[in-house]
Amino acid sequence: MGTDAETMPKPPQGGLNIAPYKTDVDPIWCPGCGDFGVLTCIYRMLATKQIRPEETVVVSGIGCSSRLPAYVNAYGFHTVHGRVLPVATGVKTANPKLEVIAVGGDGDAYSIGAGHIPHAARRNIDVCYIVMDNEVYGLTKGQGSATAPVEMVKGTTPFGQLDDPLNPIAVAVAYDISFVARGYSGKPKELTDLIIQGVEHKGFALIEVLSPCTTFHDIYKPTSQRIRFVDSSHDPFDRIAAMKLAFEKETIPLGVIYKSQRSSFDERIEETKKRAQIKGAGDLNKVLDVFQ
Amino acid sequence: MQNDVVFKIGGEGGEGVISCGEFVTLACARMGNEIYTFRSYPAEIKGGYAMFQVRTSHEVLLSQGSSADVLVCFNQEAYDRNIKDIRKEDSVLIYDSTSCQPREGHPEITYPIPASDLARLEMRNYLTKNVIFLGVLSKLFGIDYAILETIIKQKLGKKGDAILNLNFQALKKGYQYVEQNFTKKDPYFVVPQKSENRIVLSGNQALAAGAIAAGCRFYAGYPITPATDIMEFLARELPKFGGSVVQAEDEIAALSMVLGASYTGAKAMTASSGPGISLMAELIGLAGMAELPAVIVDCQRAGPSTGMPTKTEQSDLNHALYAGHGEIPRIVMALSSVEDAFFGIIRAFNYAVRCQVPVIVLSDQYLAQRTATIRRPDLSKVVIEERAKPSAQDMENYKRFRFTETGVSPMALPGEKGGVYTATGIEHDEGCELSYEPENHQRMTEKRFKKLNLVLKGAELYRRHGSEDQEIGIVGWGSSEGVIREAVEKANKQGLKVAAFHPKVLFPMLPELEVFIKSCKKVIVAELNYTGQFAREIRARFGVNVISHTKLAGLPFTPDEILKKLEEVHEQIASKV
Repeated sequence: MGTDAETMPKPPQGGLNIAPYKTDVDPIWCPGCGDFGVLTCIYRMLATKQIRPEETVVVSGIGCSSRLPAYVNAYGFHTVHGRVLPVATGVKTANPKLEVIAVGGDGDAYSIGAGHIPHAARRNIDVCYIVMDNEVYGLTKGQGSATAPVEMVKGTTPFGQLDDPLNPIAVAVAYDISFVARGYSGKPKELTDLIIQGVEHKGFALIEVLSPCTTFHDIYKPTSQRIRFVDSSHDPFDRIAAMKLAFEKETIPLGVIYKSQRSSFDERIEETKKRAQIKGAGDLNKVLDVFQ
Repeated sequence: MQNDVVFKIGGEGGEGVISCGEFVTLACARMGNEIYTFRSYPAEIKGGYAMFQVRTSHEVLLSQGSSADVLVCFNQEAYDRNIKDIRKEDSVLIYDSTSCQPREGHPEITYPIPASDLARLEMRNYLTKNVIFLGVLSKLFGIDYAILETIIKQKLGKKGDAILNLNFQALKKGYQYVEQNFTKKDPYFVVPQKSENRIVLSGNQALAAGAIAAGCRFYAGYPITPATDIMEFLARELPKFGGSVVQAEDEIAALSMVLGASYTGAKAMTASSGPGISLMAELIGLAGMAELPAVIVDCQRAGPSTGMPTKTEQSDLNHALYAGHGEIPRIVMALSSVEDAFFGIIRAFNYAVRCQVPVIVLSDQYLAQRTATIRRPDLSKVVIEERAKPSAQDMENYKRFRFTETGVSPMALPGEKGGVYTATGIEHDEGCELSYEPENHQRMTEKRFKKLNLVLKGAELYRRHGSEDQEIGIVGWGSSEGVIREAVEKANKQGLKVAAFHPKVLFPMLPELEVFIKSCKKVIVAELNYTGQFAREIRARFGVNVISHTKLAGLPFTPDEILKKLEEVHEQIASKV
């Protein structure tokens, strides 16, 4: 807790030192959990970009993956179920100098929190949102989530799911989220690169990460078989092409799916301050004068 | 000549009843008079009954008065609704004779004005009806004509010369109609007086201005009647001070954003009404558990559920005290006047940062939309508190929730080296690691509640009015302070011995309130709700019985209603002797 990145011993030249970003708290995750991989990729992103721990805020909701902020040596805010995006919006808007990363699972993001996603997209908040998708609610012992396949039989759905699965990439492209990517905890090198791109993107970045749950829904094998990497033949600025990738059925495309360039929320907020102050900075006496 | 005049204007929503009232208000204020208003909107955009009551006087006003001296009816409905409350002997009735027929029992002094006809046929624009009435009021009661013209120019100038001239003509039409058709038979006059350093504004405006003075630099909210104008005011002004205003997608998002901003050290606020505060319950819990300062304003309206959005009530006290599962440390305050809205919100921000808790501030439609003249706040008297900052020693091994004497732990902010910690809604130990240890939960809960004691040491926790050696006590809270005070003054003049105690902090409960109650023979608790919420709190916490006096009409108390209750209780005491 509270270690300074600068006072840690530097690694031998050429290596990446992630030690400054680790805390001594043991993750609650089961052995083999995909979230371990995602956590390591987040450490690697921070170490690569040499972001200072005290200038980073990791915000999360509720769930196994939402425990992540306690495992990162940075400021963190472990909030309530589904509200990570509006809290992150408050953090980033009040102090735009901070690097704000939002994390959570598919339960937090696509069920209770789903209503906040379009507005984060509309505002284009400069936050990178990493969703660890395992198709179940792990912490409550494995109910099907919004991305669960229809055949899934679990405690609360003993006859199979009664709802069809949501398509997060299609939703993300439809909401015009300005950076949409899909990664896999089993492919850490590529995932680290996506997270770096997401953090560097000036605007809202959603990185949907396949992060299987070994305890309640172990789909490592079929996932590894179905993934394919998107190559340079795909133009991420082409929204229709991106939507087509979202509708792929047999294979799961990984990589940057969709990108767009537009002003971020804190740029727009800055603009309102500039425009409001055209006639001078705020003066409480002038405010009261109006009521004279 | 009577210069304490209560004007009551009623008519159909969309006919300009409210603007007419606002122009009268502003004109009287600019003539140096004290003013106090109460308005009632219909819930929809057009149609329904709208009412504006403005009282003007040379003396400082405590209420909008009990009954109207001058009743102005734009239509039959306004007449039918108000005639039973009018004093036949000395009130004045002004009515639109085109659309309104006064029945038996109307006041002796009446001035029928065919306003609808004049508007349609001579002005050729029905919407000038309210300005015609303005001209009528100017000639009859001496409301300064030139000042009214200036106000019309200020408010309507942007609509262009054609509209402006039409309105000037309508004003003249009303004025001349009275000149040509009536001799004044009543004693009411608005008389100019010299006044200094007064401003006229609404409860919501005073609250918003006060928030800026308090250092608020982040606001997130969702529009809801009657809190929306707070957000509109801050959306225009806060960016001038380098602050941000976000219109959130819902009230859950609004309070979430406030907590995110507060986590970075910003003074942050949201304002809503009953339905929105209901949505915020879970986040209030997070604020309490993560020990984050937050100011949450509830402009109460009639409930429950959608209720009566444009009517006043004081029925959210239960919610303010107890919303959110578990036991959440919080402070609950109520604003008692337009002036108190300015200074009270500053106290709210100070309490929030001093105790690191959510502070729920209760206002209501009656106060939010009331305009009154107040002393221009002396900004040099404003004191702003800052959070307890960690020392260099704290930072060597920073523990966000370190146990301290007062329960308040120094709060590190993102950007500060050495202070990294993860705030959480899960029970945690001093170092903010998750903890399920039994002893820890007990100690942490005690710590979180102990902080609230810091409020009880401050100033402006309550106001006391009336007799020093009272038999009857009357306790009110929130916007009824002035009304109660006016009634208590009348009662004491009649020889009753009454004192009023008006707490501004409702939780934690004030020890001074207990002392006051136990020093009276009988105590009335007056509030605008059905179940007597504050009366119940008093009984539960102090173990004393009180007389609960409630009203559930979507309207505020009048001084006469309170006086009547005081007289009744006085009788009870006298008959037992």
